[in-house]
Amino acid sequence: MASAALPRAHAVGRSYAAPAAVAAAFALSLAFLALPRGTVPAWLLRVPREWVPPLRRWLSAFMDWLVGSASFGLFTFKDLTRAFSALMDWPLWLAKSLLVTGFQLGEGSAAVALTAPVSWLAVILLLTLFAYRLGGRGLAILVFLCFAYLALFGQWESAMVTLSSIVIAVPFGVAGGLALGIWAYRSPRFERALTPLLDVMQTTPVFAYLVPILFLFGFGPVAAMIATIIYAMPPMVRVTILALKQVPEEIKEFGRMVGCSRRQFMWRVLVPTARPALMVGVNQVIMLSLNMVIIASMIGAGGLGYDVLASLRRLDIGAGLEAGLAITLLAIALDRMSQAAAGRSERRRGRQGGASGFDGVMAAALLFALATLWLGLRYPWLARYPEALEISTAPFWDALVRWINVNFFDQLEAFKTTLLVYVLVPVKRFLLAQPWPWVLLLLTLAALRLGGVRLALVVLGFGLFVAFSGFWTKAMITVYLCGLAVIIAALLGIPLGIACGLNARLWRVVEAVIDTLQTLPSFVYLIPVVMLFRVGDFSAMIAVILYAIAPAIRYAAHGVRRVPAHLIEAGRASGCTPRQILLRIRLPLALPEILLGINQTIMLALSMLVITALVGTRDLGQEVYIALTKADVGYGLVAGLSVAAIAMIADRLIGAWAERLRRRFGLQA
Amino acid sequence: MAKGGEVKLACRRLWKVFGPGAEAFLARHGAAPSAEELRAAGLVVAVADAELAVRAGEIFVIMGLSGSGKSTLVRCLSRLVEPSFGEVFFEGRDLLRMPEREMIDIRRHKMGMVFQHFALLPHLTVLDNVAFPLAIQGVERRRREERAREMIALVGLEGKEYHFPRELSGGQQQRVGIARSLAVGPELWFLDEPFSALDPLIRREMQNEFLRLQAVLEKTIVFITHDFDEAIRLADRIAIMQDGRIVQIGTPEELVLRPATPYVAEFTREAPRHKILTARAIMAPVNGSAEFAGEIPAAMKVIELAPMVVDSDKPFLVVENGEPVGMVDRAAVIAVLVGRR
Repeated sequence: MASAALPRAHAVGRSYAAPAAVAAAFALSLAFLALPRGTVPAWLLRVPREWVPPLRRWLSAFMDWLVGSASFGLFTFKDLTRAFSALMDWPLWLAKSLLVTGFQLGEGSAAVALTAPVSWLAVILLLTLFAYRLGGRGLAILVFLCFAYLALFGQWESAMVTLSSIVIAVPFGVAGGLALGIWAYRSPRFERALTPLLDVMQTTPVFAYLVPILFLFGFGPVAAMIATIIYAMPPMVRVTILALKQVPEEIKEFGRMVGCSRRQFMWRVLVPTARPALMVGVNQVIMLSLNMVIIASMIGAGGLGYDVLASLRRLDIGAGLEAGLAITLLAIALDRMSQAAAGRSERRRGRQGGASGFDGVMAAALLFALATLWLGLRYPWLARYPEALEISTAPFWDALVRWINVNFFDQLEAFKTTLLVYVLVPVKRFLLAQPWPWVLLLLTLAALRLGGVRLALVVLGFGLFVAFSGFWTKAMITVYLCGLAVIIAALLGIPLGIACGLNARLWRVVEAVIDTLQTLPSFVYLIPVVMLFRVGDFSAMIAVILYAIAPAIRYAAHGVRRVPAHLIEAGRASGCTPRQILLRIRLPLALPEILLGINQTIMLALSMLVITALVGTRDLGQEVYIALTKADVGYGLVAGLSVAAIAMIADRLIGAWAERLRRRFGLQA
Repeated sequence: MAKGGEVKLACRRLWKVFGPGAEAFLARHGAAPSAEELRAAGLVVAVADAELAVRAGEIFVIMGLSGSGKSTLVRCLSRLVEPSFGEVFFEGRDLLRMPEREMIDIRRHKMGMVFQHFALLPHLTVLDNVAFPLAIQGVERRRREERAREMIALVGLEGKEYHFPRELSGGQQQRVGIARSLAVGPELWFLDEPFSALDPLIRREMQNEFLRLQAVLEKTIVFITHDFDEAIRLADRIAIMQDGRIVQIGTPEELVLRPATPYVAEFTREAPRHKILTARAIMAPVNGSAEFAGEIPAAMKVIELAPMVVDSDKPFLVVENGEPVGMVDRAAVIAVLVGRR
């Protein structure tokens, strides 16, 4: 068994036909670049406008009809969305009143405060106690420090606005995801219909569906929250389906053997058994909600995201950094707490009550929190953290950036210019010189070879969509930015990942770092990059690399470590040097895993790319962003779906490739 | 040896075939397709034409190597897997024609199953796990916990009631599995390789425990194993499966004495004959003139009679129902002990 599963090195190089074909195709592509301007007819470089189907206009018209005149007889579509808004508005109002504004009578400036918000002191106390309950002293200290930062650095109010959105969005996201996941688990047909939809939802840049939501629900926190829920739900659906499927067959048989009804089977056998896996989904929903809440600040969510966005627009680095750090700390605190909650079900639970003394403390803290609703009216320092005690490091950061820019301007600029002139610009020109039918042909051929006719048709379909969306040039710029970022991320990340796979101590350090990096909302990455390199393609690329490198490292490390021990032993027994073991056994076997890591990197890069539109790239992300500012539904959706199409082409091709390698090595997924 | 109760569970012409259109294919071929026809249709056979009858109170062991179809067969018998063709009779009623509601009722009250990897619910304590089948039936908490405590005591796990499964050893977890399957007082007890995941020493201990329980409970048992030694230790009768077919059904002694196929003979060759064969199997016709050292019952195993017979110069008279049926001498016993027959 062991020897049969060893990769056959000679099989890879068995034929030179494939590399030769790739080389020939590349040479031809280079030839297109070398051709003098005007040789290639313009209609080959971009699909002429007359050929582009008016998909955008149809979409916009459809939305107009939906909002304007669609009716279900008794009520119109608009009534439906209004009702839905109202339904969502109520819990959000409750959370905000509790955490931010206090309960008020009346509207606007005429409002009379009935209560203060829950005091910052009480919130910190409650959360710290809760963290202690979930994860012990270490977690309590972490949570305390994170929230103390929010108060101390004057971020409290914004943070509470953000937190109240999260607190409402997460339960909706979890419940919705769980419901859809259970439905898909029960009905394979529903699952087949749902899976491609989830793919599209996860690869479409969030901005793209901000536009229709804006259209349906208007500008404001409710619209932002709906966008957040839509964005955060797909992973929960997937995790639910997977978790339910992964319940051991014997436990399912047991459930049927004791004669469970359908409902008993689901809620008393499957869901509790799958609970640890489901909690991973809950954690994902929390993190994605946090990420989205910030993006959603563009359509009126307010809070920390708005602060970051505003300071980025003013190039006020210090303030942006502090707000960004606030988001990061909030993310870390919520992440660790939810992970501790997930882990708790794994560990032994308190046998018989046990911590009743602690429950008393919790109850007292809750009473105190309630009391501050009224005490805050009398003692303003309870309701609001006193401004006199706030500290700010913004001047320091501003000074630091100024100092760097004064003293290292030449070096930074030289670095940036070199890369721009010798890498970025040539690659961009190369890609823009390619005729679209040629690109589609290459993609289709690659798909045919990697995955057969069906895959080829799928890839061709996505490709044609991009070509005839009318955004071909922008799409190629997207491919160029994203492609370069992915290549650089892979060149840096994979060797690091391999080193981590071989050295457990290094891995522990790196893992801690990338775990933290991955909890950062994508926005935060823009801040230091803009600090050092200002706006433009280059800054965008650096931000994308930083955001997207984590999976490249993680999967490479995982792949190298997961090579079955008996294969390594077989190699050692047949006299391989450590180098040979790495090159001939570990790396080939880890290749499928490494490919999946690159796939993830591409997905993250594409999603980040849209956000970098804020710092002035000229790709599809910018188109989506423009659509958002103009509230042009069709325009934004088509541009967004083009990004999704690119993502899915990459995903399908790489997935097929990894699958092929895996099958060849006889490895299981 | 074989117990003569009425037939509790039986199946006839039972097939399980995997692949598209398996049911129609079997109907077309009158449930007797040849291996070539199956291969041509691209179907995979798990159980082929199985026929067996389990009597009340007996331990019926289904023995086969991995891939022989024994697990699928037992799942067809409990209808966890829907058979492709055939009939399954439980207490004279065809399970396969039974509506889902009645099937649930039978599973709730009359069947219990023990699983190879225990299949305990990780989020429940030992007590809640054992009480779970009763909870599903809607038995109120006090009564079901009382019953669960009885079962926990029966398998010797008192004091572990509030532990979680992951805090127990494999043997203890399987005791929980056994207690749980007995909680509803089933008449038919399926055990699917219950001891295969355990260490050899623990396995032996659990086998003894199982025999002790059965002596008290007298359930009708269908026991799956891939271990021939385990089969002969526990079984009243054994069905041996190969490639989805039952190749022979018989008592351990019958299998050893008259293996139906070379495949069965292969298993029985290394079997500990002195623990399987009885006086009846090794006796010679009574030779009128002989003097006897004493009498032994015909059903006595060689391992039990050997010490007496080997120590004596004279043969022993074998008696069944008070009648002498043959005699056993030292040479016959030694022939078994040294493996000459």
